Amino acid sequence: MKTLSELLTFWHEQAGKLGQQTLQHIALTAAALLLGVAVGVPLGLWLTRRPRWAPAVLGAAGVLQTVPSIALLGFLIPWLGIGATPAILALLLYSLLPIIRNTVAGIQAVPPAVVEAARGLGFTDGQLLRRVELPLALPVIMAGIRTATVINVGVATLAAYVAAGASASLSSAALRLIIQ
Amino acid sequence: MSTPSPAAPPVIRVSHLTKRYGAQVVVDDLSFDVAAAETLVLLGPSGCGKTTLLKMLNRLLEPDGGTVEINGQDVRRQRPEALRRGIGYVIQQVGLLPHYTVAQNIGVVPGLLGRPAAETAARTSALLERLHLPAARFAALLPAQLSGGQAQRVGLARALAADPPLILLDEPFGALDPLTRAAVRRDFRELDELRRKTVVLVTHDVQEAFELADRILLLHTGRLQQLGTPRELLLRPANDFVRRFFGPERLALQLRVTALAEVQPFLAPSTPAALHGLPTIAASASVHEALARLADAGAAGLRLADKPHQLTQGALLAAFGRVLADEAALS
Repeated sequence: MKTLSELLTFWHEQAGKLGQQTLQHIALTAAALLLGVAVGVPLGLWLTRRPRWAPAVLGAAGVLQTVPSIALLGFLIPWLGIGATPAILALLLYSLLPIIRNTVAGIQAVPPAVVEAARGLGFTDGQLLRRVELPLALPVIMAGIRTATVINVGVATLAAYVAAGASASLSSAALRLIIQ
Repeated sequence: MSTPSPAAPPVIRVSHLTKRYGAQVVVDDLSFDVAAAETLVLLGPSGCGKTTLLKMLNRLLEPDGGTVEINGQDVRRQRPEALRRGIGYVIQQVGLLPHYTVAQNIGVVPGLLGRPAAETAARTSALLERLHLPAARFAALLPAQLSGGQAQRVGLARALAADPPLILLDEPFGALDPLTRAAVRRDFRELDELRRKTVVLVTHDVQEAFELADRILLLHTGRLQQLGTPRELLLRPANDFVRRFFGPERLALQLRVTALAEVQPFLAPSTPAALHGLPTIAASASVHEALARLADAGAAGLRLADKPHQLTQGALLAAFGRVLADEAALS
């Protein structure tokens, strides 16, 4: 009980910081996610046109996913220093696999008959993509982005260790309090 | 659907067309013409290359050798999309865009061609009515809400929407149950505008080929076995494969290629009283058509147009038997 009241007091004292750091946490996650979509969706689309590359690219993204987040940040700090950049890059790398994989799966799930008919009617490749493949694959791609979001919100907490300023620094302070 | 006039230049000219998948030759040095307003049926067993051949006509597949000319122009000189927008295309699995309504699906090609929306809407309703899908009920439905037969009717309407002079169909009735297939095929055959159009249809169904074709191109292992009218293929087969291909259904096919005019000499005349009030059928109709109409109507009979003959099932079959016997005696 004592710990709980101390924790509440701590939160109360830090209320201003808590709000600010929550915003930073969201901004960090959102930035990484936007980048993840900007890189992952085109990469996934490219893989549907060059299926030979799919195992290699998905494999690489899968390997990235298995690297523990603290270790990944550890690798990035000597290279990028500390701050928001390594944090965002780490989050971006974690968001890639679900986004690429779901983009590929979504496009491949479009019935071949629909694609053949659309081509036969005279859709260009671009029209086929924009008007047929993307709209039909959208629910699957969105599911991948959601998965990436969940992963990122969790991993962003660790960004504190690279001093990216997220609410993680507060969380770790609170954590220290509890461990004591 | 109509007799091609020999003077008109061919709509499609295929020369030495060849397609290989690896070492396997799936279309082997094919050459033929398709005349304006003609219905050509590409017929053959599964894997004979008929679908591959069809897809090379609108460049969904590129040949390894030979040329395809449409209206005198090599298809490779045209942008594939522009070429395809001018050619109707129907496939067995229909391939309606699942996120478009029926009306939007039908309006796809006119939309791609930049036709005015009002014109397309009017055309869409007219086509739906003609294919027995009242626009008020069906235009706003999504493809998932349609039965197989309804979906393929929409597929046909979509291919016709921009009024292309040429239509390619790949097993359009193949996925339908027999009753639906017969109904959709009948509506397809009865579409007025198809009479003006050049049609290339792929099927493995011999009866369907005989029902729809002006000429049949019979393929086996990518090679042309015979090209001719259904009657020529049946009565004057070019080789053993052609003979064997039609063997199992020979009699039924003969009913389709034998015109009433041929059995007429073997029909006994009837009294004017018996003929009174009977529906008539043209002498150019086939015995098959007459039998189908007799079965449909369940009436006392039909009257052969301008002739004093009452057609009943028994009389028709007896006369048809005499025709067959005569042919057997001749050959």
